[in-house]
Amino acid sequence: MDFLRITSPHGHGPLSTAKVMQTVLLATLPGLAAMTWFFGPGTLINIIFGGLIALALEYAVMGIRQRDPLFYLRDYSVLVTSTLLCFALPPYAPWWLILIGVASAVLLGKHVFGGLGYNPFNPAMVGYVVLLISFPLQMSSWAAPRGLGEVPGFTDALTALFFARDYDAVTMATPLDIMRQNTGLLMDDLYREATQFGQWAGVGWEWVNLAFLAGGVWLLYQRIFTWHGPVAMLAAIGLCAAAGFDGGSSNSGGSPVFHWLSGATMFGAFFIITDPVSSAVSNRGRLIFGALIGVLVYIIRVTGNYPDAVAFAVLILNFAAPLIDQYTQPATYGHDRSSE
Amino acid sequence: MNSVHTIHGGIHPREEKQLSRPGQVIDAGLPHELILPLSQHIGAPAEPIVSVGDHVKGGQRLAEDQGAVSAAVHAPTSGHITAIDMQPVPHPSGLTNVCIRLTPDHADEWLVLQGLADYRSEAPDTVIAHIRAAGISGLGGAGFPTATKLLARERSAIHTLIINGTECEPYITADDTLMQVAAEQIVAGAEILAHILGAETILYGVEDNKPAALKAMREALAASDDALGQQQVVSFPTKYPSGGEKQLIEILTGEQVPSGGLPADLGIVCQNPGTAVAVRDAVIDGKPLTDRLVTVTGRAVSHASNYRVRLGTPIAHLLALAGFTPGSRQRLIHGGPMMGFALETDAVPVVKTTNCVLAPTQEELPAPPPAQACIRCGLCAEACPASLLPQQLYWYARAKDQEQLEKHHLFDCIECGACSWVCPSSIPLVQYYRAAKSHIVETRDDKQRAERSKGRFEARQERVEREAAERERKRAERKATAQQKAAASEADDPVQAAIARTKARKEQAAQTKDAS
Repeated sequence: MDFLRITSPHGHGPLSTAKVMQTVLLATLPGLAAMTWFFGPGTLINIIFGGLIALALEYAVMGIRQRDPLFYLRDYSVLVTSTLLCFALPPYAPWWLILIGVASAVLLGKHVFGGLGYNPFNPAMVGYVVLLISFPLQMSSWAAPRGLGEVPGFTDALTALFFARDYDAVTMATPLDIMRQNTGLLMDDLYREATQFGQWAGVGWEWVNLAFLAGGVWLLYQRIFTWHGPVAMLAAIGLCAAAGFDGGSSNSGGSPVFHWLSGATMFGAFFIITDPVSSAVSNRGRLIFGALIGVLVYIIRVTGNYPDAVAFAVLILNFAAPLIDQYTQPATYGHDRSSE
Repeated sequence: MNSVHTIHGGIHPREEKQLSRPGQVIDAGLPHELILPLSQHIGAPAEPIVSVGDHVKGGQRLAEDQGAVSAAVHAPTSGHITAIDMQPVPHPSGLTNVCIRLTPDHADEWLVLQGLADYRSEAPDTVIAHIRAAGISGLGGAGFPTATKLLARERSAIHTLIINGTECEPYITADDTLMQVAAEQIVAGAEILAHILGAETILYGVEDNKPAALKAMREALAASDDALGQQQVVSFPTKYPSGGEKQLIEILTGEQVPSGGLPADLGIVCQNPGTAVAVRDAVIDGKPLTDRLVTVTGRAVSHASNYRVRLGTPIAHLLALAGFTPGSRQRLIHGGPMMGFALETDAVPVVKTTNCVLAPTQEELPAPPPAQACIRCGLCAEACPASLLPQQLYWYARAKDQEQLEKHHLFDCIECGACSWVCPSSIPLVQYYRAAKSHIVETRDDKQRAERSKGRFEARQERVEREAAERERKRAERKATAQQKAAASEADDPVQAAIARTKARKEQAAQTKDAS
C-alpha cells in the first residue's frame, strides 16, 4: 500500500500565527480598559469601526490578488494592524480619518509590498504618519481625560464618528505638548499650574501606560516576543531623559518616569516595536533597534513639533533594520565567536 | 566533569515514550524472506560474494566492504539466496537499490564464531579489523562505518569517548530499552572502543527522562572492573535535540565542534549504545551485526514495543506483529517524528540504521496545514540549536541567494526540524534548507565541472597552438633549408655560372676600356 509522504518534522508545536495575533489582541485589553475609563468609548468605537474597514479591505485586496481571502482573514493580522492604529488615533475622530488611516496602513503599509511578512515598515505606523502629516489638526485633538473634563458617552462617540460637525469636542493639550512648550517654569510649578499633570506624568496617561505595560509583560510571559526590543527602548528613553533632566526646571526634557509614562511609550515599546516583520531579527539586533528608537523618541519629543515621536522613530528604524541585521548575525554553533 | 552545559534553543515536543513500553523486548522472529540492501551505511555499497541459489549459514558474509568507507553484509540466519536484484529500500526519496534476498530455511544454522580472547593485549588495528569484518556501522541513525570512524585516532589524539544514550527524538525507546536490558554489554563495548581509541574517559550521556536506563547504566558501571576508572554516567535535562552529536558534546564538555570539523578535532569520538553492543559482540564473540532493536510504535499499532529484529526483515512483517491498522492518509515513518522520513511502502526492510518504525494516526500527528506568510517572529531562531537565523535562511532560500545562504551558515544546519516545529505559520523550513543545500552543492559541482572542462579546453587550445607553432617552425625550417639549398644549387648551376662568367668578363672589358 502507498503511504502519505511528507518531509520531516512530522509533528508541529502548538503555536499558530492566528494564535499569536489573537494573543496580541488580548494583551491590548488592559490598555483599552484604561483608555475607555479615562477618555470614554471613543477608542473602542475607533477600533471596531477600523477593524471592519480593515477586514473589508483585506478581503477585497486578497480577492484582487486572486488568493483565497478567507484563508488570509483567518490569521487575524489585519485586525492587529487596524487595532494598533486605532489605539494611536484620537478618540472621537471622524469616520473618514479612520478610513484613510486604516486604508493607508493596510494598502500602503502592507499590500503594496506583497502582503503580510513582506512589509518593511510597521503598517500601523505608516497609517498613523500619513494621517499626522495630512491632518495635523484632527490628529492632535485629544479628548480631555476623566477628572479634567466630562467623559463622553456612546452617543457622543457615534456622533463624533459619523457627524463630526455636530460634535463639540472637549480637547486639551497633552502633557507632552505642555512640557515641550514650557521652558521658564520650575517643574513643581508646572505640575501645579497645568491640571493635565498627575502623579508622575499626565492624568490618565500614566495609567494608560501602566496598563499597556501590564499587557506587554503578559505577552513577554507568553513568549510572543523577547525582552530585548522593549527593554532596550525603555532603557534608552530613561537614560536620555536622565541625562537631559536637570531635576527641577521645565527647561529640561522631563524626568525618566515622565517619559516612560507619557504618550505612546509603553504602547510603542510592547506593541509597536515588537512587530517582528519590520524589526531587526536577532536578539542583539533588537537591542540596538530598540535602543535607537528610544533615543529618537526622546530627541523628537524634546526638540520636535509633533504630539508624539514613537511613530517617526519606529519608521526610521524600520529603514535601518536590514542594516542592523547585517552586523548582528549571532555566532553560529562551531564558529569562532570573536571572528564575527 | 560533573556539571552539564546548556545548548542554545531546543524544543519540548510531547515525548510519547511510554507508548512503546521501554525496557521490554519482543523477538520479531523470522520472516519468510530477508531483504539485505548492499548499502545500509554511508559510503560505498558492499559487493556480493554469493550467487543466487547458494545456501548460506547464519553469520556468513554475503557481501564484502569496498574501500575505506564501507561495511560488509552478513546473513542473519541460514537459508538460500533467492535473488540479487533491485528492491525498494528505506530512503527519503523512496529509491530502490541492489539487495540480496535470502529465504530462511528455519534451521537457523550458524557458522562457528570466533572472537578475540583478550582484546586488551591486541594492537588497536587488529581489533578494528574485527569490527570491520563484522560489518558494523553506526546504529544511531547516520550509519557511518564504525571501523572508519575509529580511524580518527590516527588524525588526532582522542581523550574522551561519549556513548550517546540521549535518544531525544520523541517516541523512540530502542536505546532506552537497550540500556535497560544490556547495560553490561554497552559498558563492555565502550571499554573496547576506548581501548582502540586510547581514550581515558568514557561519558555515557542520558537524558533525565530515562530513569530506568540511568539506573541500569550506573549499576553496570559500578559492577564493571572499570579498568579506566574514568567512566561516568551523566544525566541532563530532556530537550530536543540534545542527542545531536554536536549538541551532546557541548552539553557534556561545554565545547563546540568547529564548523566543518569533526568531534575528533576536540579529541572526542561519539558512539551509539547499540553500536557499542555490536562492537562487544564482534570483538568478544566474533558475531557480525545481523540484528538490532527497533521501536515499533504509534497509535495505529496495537502492540507498540521494542522488537529484536533481524536485519532485512520487511517492515510489513513487523507491522503485522505489532497489530497495525492503517487509517486514512496513513503515514509510515522510518525513524522518529522529528527527523525520520516517510516511507512509501512497508515492503522495505529493516536496515542497520532503522531505530524506529512509527505509524501514527491522523489525529496523533496531523498533516501540516497550508503554510502562511513568515512574519519573522523569530521563534525559529529561539529554537535553533545551531544558533542560526532560520527566518533569514528561509528568506534567502526562497530568493536562491547562495551567497547570503552561505554567509548565514546554511551548512551548519543539522536539519533537526526544531524551527519547523515551532513555526506558527507552519512553514516547512527544513525542506527549504535541504533543497537549498543540494542546490548549492549542485552549483558547486557544476562549477567544478565547468572549471574542469575549461581546463580541458585551455589545454587543448594550448596543444593546438603548440602544434601550429611546431608546424610553423618546421615549415620555416624547411623553407630555410630550401633557400640554402637553392643558394647552394645556384653555385652549381652551369647556366648561371656561364652567365656570371660572361657578366664578369664584360665588366672586366669595360674597366679595361675606361682605364685606357
